Amino acid sequence: MSISVERIWWRPLDREEKIWVTIALIWCLGTFFMMPVWHVIAKQNTPNESYKVSVDDFEKLVTAFNEKYKVGMDENSGLPIVRPPAGSDVYFAGTGIWQWSSILELEAGKEYRLHISSIKGGGVEAWQHGLSIVSSKFNANFMIIPGYDYVLKITPTEAGEYGVICNEFCGIGHHLMAGKIIVKG
Amino acid sequence: MAEQFRTCPTTGLKIHKPAETLIRVNAVAAVVCLLVGGLAALLILLTRWPAVHLLNEEWFYRLLTAHALDMLIAWIIFFEVAGLYFGATVLLNNRLPAPKVGWVAFILMIVGGALINYTVLVGEATVAFTSYVPLKASPTYYLGVILFAVGALTAVLHFFAALIVAKKEKTYEGSLPMVTFGLMCAGVIAVLTLLHGAAIYIPTFLWSLNGQWGIPNDFFPGIDPMIYRLVWWGLGHPSQQINVCAMVSMWYLIATLTTGAKPLNEKLCRTAFLLYVLFINVASEHHLLVDPALSIWHKIVNTSYVMHLAVLASMIHAFAVPAMVEVALRKKGFTKGLFEWLKKAPWGNPAFASMFISLMGFGFVGGITGVTFGTEQISIIRHNTWSITGHFHGTVVLGTTLAFMGITYYIVPLIFRRQIFSETMAKLSPYFFGGGVFIFANAMMFAGGYGVPRRHWDITFAGASIPFQFDPTVFFFIALTGLGGLLAIVGGALYVLNTVASVFIGKKIQ
Repeated sequence: MSISVERIWWRPLDREEKIWVTIALIWCLGTFFMMPVWHVIAKQNTPNESYKVSVDDFEKLVTAFNEKYKVGMDENSGLPIVRPPAGSDVYFAGTGIWQWSSILELEAGKEYRLHISSIKGGGVEAWQHGLSIVSSKFNANFMIIPGYDYVLKITPTEAGEYGVICNEFCGIGHHLMAGKIIVKG
Repeated sequence: MAEQFRTCPTTGLKIHKPAETLIRVNAVAAVVCLLVGGLAALLILLTRWPAVHLLNEEWFYRLLTAHALDMLIAWIIFFEVAGLYFGATVLLNNRLPAPKVGWVAFILMIVGGALINYTVLVGEATVAFTSYVPLKASPTYYLGVILFAVGALTAVLHFFAALIVAKKEKTYEGSLPMVTFGLMCAGVIAVLTLLHGAAIYIPTFLWSLNGQWGIPNDFFPGIDPMIYRLVWWGLGHPSQQINVCAMVSMWYLIATLTTGAKPLNEKLCRTAFLLYVLFINVASEHHLLVDPALSIWHKIVNTSYVMHLAVLASMIHAFAVPAMVEVALRKKGFTKGLFEWLKKAPWGNPAFASMFISLMGFGFVGGITGVTFGTEQISIIRHNTWSITGHFHGTVVLGTTLAFMGITYYIVPLIFRRQIFSETMAKLSPYFFGGGVFIFANAMMFAGGYGVPRRHWDITFAGASIPFQFDPTVFFFIALTGLGGLLAIVGGALYVLNTVASVFIGKKIQ
């Protein structure tokens, strides 16, 4: 015995089936149109600006940026505390030894161009990292890809301390990648 | 030729013996992989739970890599291969055209799987499932993946060959049964997926050879990480669409076996399967929504219009499967009110319970979250957080795995000719497993909403030079994840024990 199926299976849909498919289709069309529409009207979108950059060149940009705007040093981690002027280009990277390149001090209400990428930073390799900026009220995540400069236009709206953690597996020291961004009111 | 077949006394189905053996070995391999992956799951769970924090970081990341490969790849694909052989032979009154090829495929997959596990467990491939370059594993790891994939591709092509043979030899009348049709769609997606896999794993393998086994350091150029991500997800996401297609086929099969239901409108259901084949592959772009390099319109186009046609397909199955069950049960006389049929459904039948929980879980836990997290703005909040892990445990564990567990209760008597060892274990397993994963996946998603990352050994950041603390609420959700996970593991253990016991010491059916 085999299971035989009538060859004529293209009979019309019943009323319930028609109603369901119509509702589902309208729903899907709705979500389809909302994707581009929301990109135009939403206040927070994925950034659309990125460049190819060599890992070494980006490391130079980060080092120059840190030296130029350094205002202090975090004793425990040895990371520079860097306060760039409002509206400036900010260079920020995850390093090959599972650290962030600096602790940033930003001003609330001012826009910055945050360039993110991956550098060796004394480590053996520029890994892929996940930039996750977190506080108890806030959470935003972007990929850090070696060889690419991803430009995030950011305007911190609320003063406070934000955690910066890595959320893409980047090797054995992945869970040590904690840092912070300080936003002054 | 005739002596190669036997007739099943219960169902009257004609079974090709060499096909039956291959179904058996693939199903056994699947359950063994589920056992290994499940043990890894237990240890990972007990490590991510800060109150326990069992493993050290090295073993945590190793087992995390092994868990993903043993579950997402090995358990599911071995089971699917068994399903493909079943759909192309038993359901079609057909033979497997080249059993030897079936054995070659099986051996390739076993050797590949063993190589992967060995390399990961000795610590030479701690690269996580995605192995994003420049993380580098030992060449044997990539070789294992390639061998496994070649084996799987061979099995899928063998399945297509069997369909052609059945058609030529006119072993069945009319159209392909819908289950086989669904599996065929899974097969088409599998071929596309495995070609993407070859396109990324072969260059990565060659690159990993640099400086190994006496090969020069500059033997193969480095791989651009963005190209890697784009092509890898052409494998990574569509491979889960094979599972979706196979899982939905199992829903129809279980609905028929447990309640005698028949699809109400085959045109509708089959069109839905075709929508998967046509539109689901590009959905993989939603993994790249917060990546550099790709333009925003490229991302939006790929994650909106076509993807939502694949969502339509799931919406159709979500209607069609319960509807056919309702009609069948109403015919049996459960006609009081709107829901008597649902109340009186065979909830004590583990296959039915598995199917229904799988259907609800896949839709409400896995599906809805997948569609929402895959939008541009929400992706910013959810990308790489534990929410993503919660989402795909809703689809592949609560959905696919539970559906496959359900059909096992029919495969064991039909193909292994053994009675299920313990009815009680079988009855309890889907509720423990389904309930556990339901709690586990949802709790993970809540924790992820607070920014808790996936693939992370220590979210208390005890060893970090700059302290960071999450909102204390997350620890409630993590504890809930732990409890739900343990419940799921109990359910999974009941399933594995019961299946193994049935196959080896279950009462023989003559």
